[in-house]
Amino acid sequence: MTTSASIPAPPHAAPEPGTVEAPRRRRIAAARRSEGRSGLAMATPALLLLLLFLVIPVLLAFGLSFTNARLISPNPPRFVGLDNFVRAFTADPTFLRSTLNTFVFALVIVPVQAGLGLLLAVLVNQKVRGVAMFRVIYFVPVVTSIVVVSILWQFMYEQDGLVNSFINTITFGAWQGTAWLNNPSTALGAIIVLSIWQAVGFHMLIWLSGLQTIPEELYEAARMDGATPWQQFTNVTWPGLRSTMVFVLVTITIAALGLFVQVDVMTQGGPVNSTTTLVYHAVRKGYREQETGYGATISLIFFVLVLIVALVQRFLTREKD
Amino acid sequence: MATVSLTSRPASRTSADRVEHVLRHRRKVWSYVAMSALAVVFLFPLVFMFVSSLKPDAQILGDVGSPRAFLPVGDISLDNYFGVFDRVPVGQFLVNSVLVTVLTVGLGLVVNSMAGFALSRMRWKGRSVVLALVIATLIVPFETIAVPMVYWVAQLPTLVMEGGVLKYDFGWLNSYHVQIVPFIANAFSIFLFTQYFSTIPKSLDEAARIDGAGWFTIYRRIIVPLAGPAFATVAILTFLPAWNQYLWPLMVVQQEELRPVMVGMQYFFQLNTAWGEVMAYTSLITLPVLIVFLSFQRAFVSSVAASGVKG
Repeated sequence: MTTSASIPAPPHAAPEPGTVEAPRRRRIAAARRSEGRSGLAMATPALLLLLLFLVIPVLLAFGLSFTNARLISPNPPRFVGLDNFVRAFTADPTFLRSTLNTFVFALVIVPVQAGLGLLLAVLVNQKVRGVAMFRVIYFVPVVTSIVVVSILWQFMYEQDGLVNSFINTITFGAWQGTAWLNNPSTALGAIIVLSIWQAVGFHMLIWLSGLQTIPEELYEAARMDGATPWQQFTNVTWPGLRSTMVFVLVTITIAALGLFVQVDVMTQGGPVNSTTTLVYHAVRKGYREQETGYGATISLIFFVLVLIVALVQRFLTREKD
Repeated sequence: MATVSLTSRPASRTSADRVEHVLRHRRKVWSYVAMSALAVVFLFPLVFMFVSSLKPDAQILGDVGSPRAFLPVGDISLDNYFGVFDRVPVGQFLVNSVLVTVLTVGLGLVVNSMAGFALSRMRWKGRSVVLALVIATLIVPFETIAVPMVYWVAQLPTLVMEGGVLKYDFGWLNSYHVQIVPFIANAFSIFLFTQYFSTIPKSLDEAARIDGAGWFTIYRRIIVPLAGPAFATVAILTFLPAWNQYLWPLMVVQQEELRPVMVGMQYFFQLNTAWGEVMAYTSLITLPVLIVFLSFQRAFVSSVAASGVKG
């Protein structure tokens, strides 16, 4: 397709050399070619880097899961078929425990963090003096490194730490508390609490930007009809937040499935595997014990879970249209 | 609201208004109470951290259980900070993290904005396929590829100086570039730039083309100066993960002098249980980020809100 001047010519006719349009057409074609070359050239650095450090590692995750590759080994990797997958599901209780813990963590974190985030967003969406300051305060833990947060909370969770002393004070000494992270029945719960504390401000902001897309006139109309604040929330706010909700739930779920840093810093998977997770187990096997092939298998299983979540998201957002 | 008076009679309006006013006032008071209580929940661990970093260990433990835990009272000093510097090369860790963060964010801005420019404003073969593929990669969490990528970078070619001679070798482990290069290109940054650039009128490019400007000149002289907000958003969204990197350097950097602050802290934490010094270290690496955040909080908040469009 070139210029409108070429339209009257029959489709298969060769371009007439003597016409005025030909040089111009050639010029335009040359410009297009140069645009094509420059476009590709400008995109190349990013595309090359994505190829090297995203596409190839993904393909490697697939490829290596069917081998016995080791991180440092004189022997080349050997194809072992489905051995790694069979091992994970039948011969590695720590893997099964990691999967279970990861699911428990996600099942608790997703509704609680999403709900609390929404509550915070509704609070800081009010038109009262000083809300901007509260938004900033609730967001401070998000900009604090999760490594710092984990170490800090580990200190607070000690037997004679801040958490127990607080519980002791508000129950007037009725309850002594425990060394939260050393107790198999409380360690995962303790990690859940600090994870929510650290990340909920992020989802508050996402909810908030969703809330602010709802036009004020809808609330005015609802108020005129005598709707209570709760009715305004259920009939105006909630229906307007549908796509935000899907986004919030999916980002929390994917982040929750990837739980790693808190476990690595605070408990190293213990006590008695009560806090080991999929990603933690993948790093333990694939990196610390140098079984790259098996580590890749666990990473791949984690990826499949993330893909399922993403597909559910697509399904949920499709339905709306 | 003026429209309200149309439906309610003047006589009842005053009393209804008064009830409404009281209710609204009461609601306001309660939401301040709730917001302040929550503010305490979000701030007390950090206040505790900063305050404890100034106290000797015996006093930190003694103050737990009283409000003194949150007040800089008693034997206050910077001894814990000096202790940290004595024990580990934390200055070197800070330099490493700043270097890695600045280069990752800076090179990322250049590389990703160029790709965003090519993908949003230029016509070339395969463009739409490439854009779709780039967006598709957003679904891959880093944790999925971390383990295979260690294996991969351990085999990449590299150049080393050995006795004044450049030599060809294999393996990227234990270097600065292994902490930077894999994170320069970022699909989400490319996506944000593509989105932002496509809102700038195309007629600007055409006018510049007629004046004989090349594509790179258009990008550099016309589009970049008009896209300040996009650059700010991408810088903020890539700054935090770069500064907070943990899993990757934990695996690829064993040499102490190359460690970034987060991994350095984990090692420090493991060899030392003097909580005062640990709190001094965590305060030391949290303060710079908090200062950056508080100075640019508006930009931070709008950047995070912008990341919500990802869904």
